Amino acid sequence: MTTLAQSPLATYIGHLEKGELGYQYSPAASQAIFYPRVICPITGSQNLEWRVSAGLGTVHATTVVHPQQGAPFNVALIDVDEGFRLMSRVEDIDPMDVRIGMRVKFRVHPAEGEEPPYPVFTPAGDAK
Amino acid sequence: MNGLTRGSAAIVGVAESDLGAVAALMNPLDLMAQGIARALDDCGLTLKDVDGLFCATTQARTSAMSLAEYLRLPDAYTDSTIVGGSSFEVHVAHAQAAIAAGLCSVAVVTYGSTQRTVGRRAASAREYNAYETPFKPFLPASAYAMAASRHMHEFGTTREHLAEVAVAARQWAQLNPAAWEKKPLTVADVLGARMVSYPLTVRDCCLVTDGGGAVIVTSAERAKSLRKPPVYVLGCGQSITHASISSMPDLTHTGAIRSGAEAYSMAGLAAKDIDVLALYDAFTINTILFLEDLGFCAKGEGGPFVSGGRIAPGGSLAVNTNGGGLSYCHPGMYGLFLLIEATRQLRGECGDRQVKGAATALAHGNGGVLSAQATVILGTAATL
Repeated sequence: MTTLAQSPLATYIGHLEKGELGYQYSPAASQAIFYPRVICPITGSQNLEWRVSAGLGTVHATTVVHPQQGAPFNVALIDVDEGFRLMSRVEDIDPMDVRIGMRVKFRVHPAEGEEPPYPVFTPAGDAK
Repeated sequence: MNGLTRGSAAIVGVAESDLGAVAALMNPLDLMAQGIARALDDCGLTLKDVDGLFCATTQARTSAMSLAEYLRLPDAYTDSTIVGGSSFEVHVAHAQAAIAAGLCSVAVVTYGSTQRTVGRRAASAREYNAYETPFKPFLPASAYAMAASRHMHEFGTTREHLAEVAVAARQWAQLNPAAWEKKPLTVADVLGARMVSYPLTVRDCCLVTDGGGAVIVTSAERAKSLRKPPVYVLGCGQSITHASISSMPDLTHTGAIRSGAEAYSMAGLAAKDIDVLALYDAFTINTILFLEDLGFCAKGEGGPFVSGGRIAPGGSLAVNTNGGGLSYCHPGMYGLFLLIEATRQLRGECGDRQVKGAATALAHGNGGVLSAQATVILGTAATL
């Protein structure tokens, strides 16, 4: 038995630090897996490959959070083209104008202090 | 197949603890104990008869241990499964199994929360999720809001449809002396209320109250000799499809489809056979989703279905007759109160809000963010 050298989350963050949206692919299930795990939840296999997304996706669901203080902001679920879904937000647009079905493109929100980088999206026009 | 036998156990005692805003420095165990004492009194049993403890609360990490200490029941069979608000529907199924297996004979299912008094953050701290927390969703509301956004997109459901659910709940609450919110409420009031997480306003969201209670479950055999008419457990089912909203397989199809099918199958009943519904209405979209997923209307038709007062007092389907989590009470995890109201309806104890001749009831619990679904179908002796 070998000890895992790096956690799935650490690998994911490592990709983000390089400006990449990393995700896992399960050859046994022929399917993308997200969030990153130590086993494939479909087959139980420990063989999960890391891949890098092309960074294009579609808004699957959206909401606008109205905090008690501060401006309303978007939270969305994004279906990435490689076949996985994640929570994120769409920036550079009024949060109420974020629409289900809208094409979006990945960019990195850089690390701030203790907080690691995370993926956000911007409108990608009507490509595809 | 879940291995349980239709009608083998019954709910024999139910009670709420103090509700709403409880006395200063009351704790969740106090509320559980108060509910247990009242529920035992309801059925004529005593604490000495209790040998099974089923409990869950976000305010005591080892709630079964704390409760065993509080009640001095060192030998009790315990189960503190916690899957959010539907924990108590799961507990009923587990109690039925434990009783059938001879692990206990009188099971208490209980809950207590002082979330209004201590604050929601103190009562139920959010766990950090590396894949969601950075985006600051206002949970749980934002998760339900995103499910609502999908329902609106796929089926043309409107904010007015959602508001109809809140209005119906308020009208039922006006018939329930124990309800927290009874002020008249219109669709326009709901739409114009403070936005929380679009499309949900504060009136699309459940209340934040204190409260607790207990339900006593025993064997069908023992139930016959107690104070009140037994309410039999005819069917149980559960399904856990995800924990976080970004992992929900399909935002418009919940695990209630499976939990309901399992419960109906065990009960030998279908939606058309159910007289009273208690659906976990943490948010207005819930009621719409569960009416669809439990077979009361077709998928996508929940919005029009709840409109025009159909689920309000005097409507064709009695849903959340106590006023629900939206208007009666919602102390963090509401599932226990579904069982209390369903039992009272089947005993004919509901006064102005009584559904005449109710013989079957469906209590549907929801936990997490549409995550853990659990259905319990109950019936009177006539349904055995």
